[in-house]
Amino acid sequence: MFGIYLKRELSRRKKAALVIALGLALGIALVITVSSVSAGMQKAQDKVLQSLYGLGTDMTVTKARTAPTDNSSGRPSFEFDAKSNDSDDQQSSDRVQTQGGQALKSSVVTKVAAQKGVATAVGALTLNVTKVDGSFTQGKAESTTGSSDQSQGQGGPGGGGNSGSTAAPQVQGGGASFDVNSYSVAGVDVSDQTLGPLAGSKISSGKTFTASQTNAKVAVVSKSYAKENSYKVGKTLKISGTKYKIIGIATPESSESTTDVYLPLKQAQTLADAKNQVTTIYVKATDSKQIDSVKSAIQKNVSGTTVTTSADLADTVSGSLSTASNLATSVGKWLSIAVLAAAFLVAALLTSSAVSRRVREFGTLKALGWPSRRVTRQVVGESMVNGLLGGALGIGLGLAAAYTVTAIAPTLKAQLGSTSGGGMGGGPGGGGPGQQATQNTMEIALSAPVSLTTIALAVGLAVAGGLIAGAMGGWRASRMRPADALRSVS
Amino acid sequence: MYRLTGVTKRYTRGKETVEALRGVDLTIEDGDQLVIQGPTGGGKSTLLQMIGGLDRPSEGSVELDGVDLATISEAKLTRLRAEKIGIIFQSFNLIPTLTAQENVETALVPLGVKPAERRERAAEALSSVGLGDRLTHAPTELSGGQQQRVAIARALVKKPKVLLADEPTGNLDEGTRDDIMALLEGLWHEYGLTFIMVTHDSSIARRAPRLATIKAGQITLTEQQQASQQAFAR
Repeated sequence: MFGIYLKRELSRRKKAALVIALGLALGIALVITVSSVSAGMQKAQDKVLQSLYGLGTDMTVTKARTAPTDNSSGRPSFEFDAKSNDSDDQQSSDRVQTQGGQALKSSVVTKVAAQKGVATAVGALTLNVTKVDGSFTQGKAESTTGSSDQSQGQGGPGGGGNSGSTAAPQVQGGGASFDVNSYSVAGVDVSDQTLGPLAGSKISSGKTFTASQTNAKVAVVSKSYAKENSYKVGKTLKISGTKYKIIGIATPESSESTTDVYLPLKQAQTLADAKNQVTTIYVKATDSKQIDSVKSAIQKNVSGTTVTTSADLADTVSGSLSTASNLATSVGKWLSIAVLAAAFLVAALLTSSAVSRRVREFGTLKALGWPSRRVTRQVVGESMVNGLLGGALGIGLGLAAAYTVTAIAPTLKAQLGSTSGGGMGGGPGGGGPGQQATQNTMEIALSAPVSLTTIALAVGLAVAGGLIAGAMGGWRASRMRPADALRSVS
Repeated sequence: MYRLTGVTKRYTRGKETVEALRGVDLTIEDGDQLVIQGPTGGGKSTLLQMIGGLDRPSEGSVELDGVDLATISEAKLTRLRAEKIGIIFQSFNLIPTLTAQENVETALVPLGVKPAERRERAAEALSSVGLGDRLTHAPTELSGGQQQRVAIARALVKKPKVLLADEPTGNLDEGTRDDIMALLEGLWHEYGLTFIMVTHDSSIARRAPRLATIKAGQITLTEQQQASQQAFAR
């Protein structure tokens, strides 16, 4: 009888049932859309953070770079001798500098790894190599009297010449032609590559380092850098006079990676003359929920370091991704809550109003001996079906909206910035030397993945909507007295 | 057997208190037929509500077979209505979305009768009131007289001890009224029910063996001639 009665009542009040279901559907669809877009934002942010961190990293430990204490500016400098005009000799100079903060001793890695809550810690050394290639020829000093005497001046066009008794000779010809190539190198701890600069990339050609290649002259090159310089597996790469055999090509999982060349850590340390030093320590916590406590422990026990978690880095993400993310989490969330609350209220009021119109019906049933709980169950049942109908419609609408967002895939820009070279973004592509501001811009296509949790949430909301509306109507129906059935006609 | 003692019912509307029944004493034996008559607002329906356990008196007691309906729990009162009391309403009070058979079944739902038996008993009850061919008809597809027959079937399907009727012919034309009254009196005889009916209709009231007239909440009983009772018989 419950089912038949319920079915017939809903058929009779199709319009009201549809209004209630549509109201709930709208609210639920909005929740699904906002949740899935937020999940997409989160995924995009994770991608952005991965490009800095590599997969699986919970935090990085770095040390803020201090201002140079000697007279050097810390900027790269190159020295070239001018060659004679007839010389075709090319001159080349590599300048290798550590990047991303003050170097830390390798022993700090062990100390960090020993902290409570730390599962793994590996060190990496990030370098910036500036290569200058080209020729630098002398100019020729020529007398303005047309004398056959020619003196070779030192220096370029601005160089000085011999002074004569006649008119001063002028330097002609000579000059410089240089090609400057700057790229980044990361020293990787080959004994554990699940963390660190290479963790966010997959080897698309060749192979990665083996654990025995701790000091081997081998390199893995990023796909984009390999393409740019026509590098292939098996070829050699020369950095600061040292040749490295390319054993693999790495393709970053995220759309952008700022590391061009990966070397075994010891080789990178040798290149930078930074023996037993690292610039970044990558840390994985035993429990992702205890990241904050692990951060505190490291900061307390390893003095002078800066610990940056994913959450800290997420705060440095700006641009349209950040704006959209803020919109989704603030406006979207509150809009969903407002629409849902309105839908619940409308459903409750319509159900209550329907109960008021059925005074005689419920009074009659009570007069026939139906207990209040049975009458209430009938009202709640009808309301629940409305809620579930709204839930099904809402899930359909929400999935369609999420699918549309994913299909359109609007591009969002994420600017990863830090104002302190040694602090935030200590990984590859992080801060540059000194206190200069660094910023990377990534373009990420937004998707709106709908998880089972979101669907479960939608079903839960539908049930809740039905229950709230049904509870209100059922409460009114249960308070009705059987005498009302008679009174309504007397 | 019903025994009403000093039944008073007061309604409060704002600051005003209205006494619908004033110390009513009444005894109704099993199998009796009692017609309650009186002017509008005299307390007829209120008295019927007290007898049917649809409302409780402000003072006094309403005993049915020794059980005081004024003081038993709501759950017991509901159960008692489900088992012992059949009620017929002036406006039929059928559930508009259910068929004739399903409407009759609603009286068996609170008794926990299984669906198959419910359907069978409802069909039998409808056949007994002459609607065996209208089982699947919705109330809107039936005439007023047919709807009241469905309501009668619904009241009788559970084989109650007491049948209460509140103006059962109030919404019917004269011809249909006679048919319904003949049916009710036939069933009263057949089932040996205690039959209590409220009516405005003097022609019906005149034919009842006992007539209770209520004016201003007070009751006057009149015993009438047996000869006139079968006037509606078909």
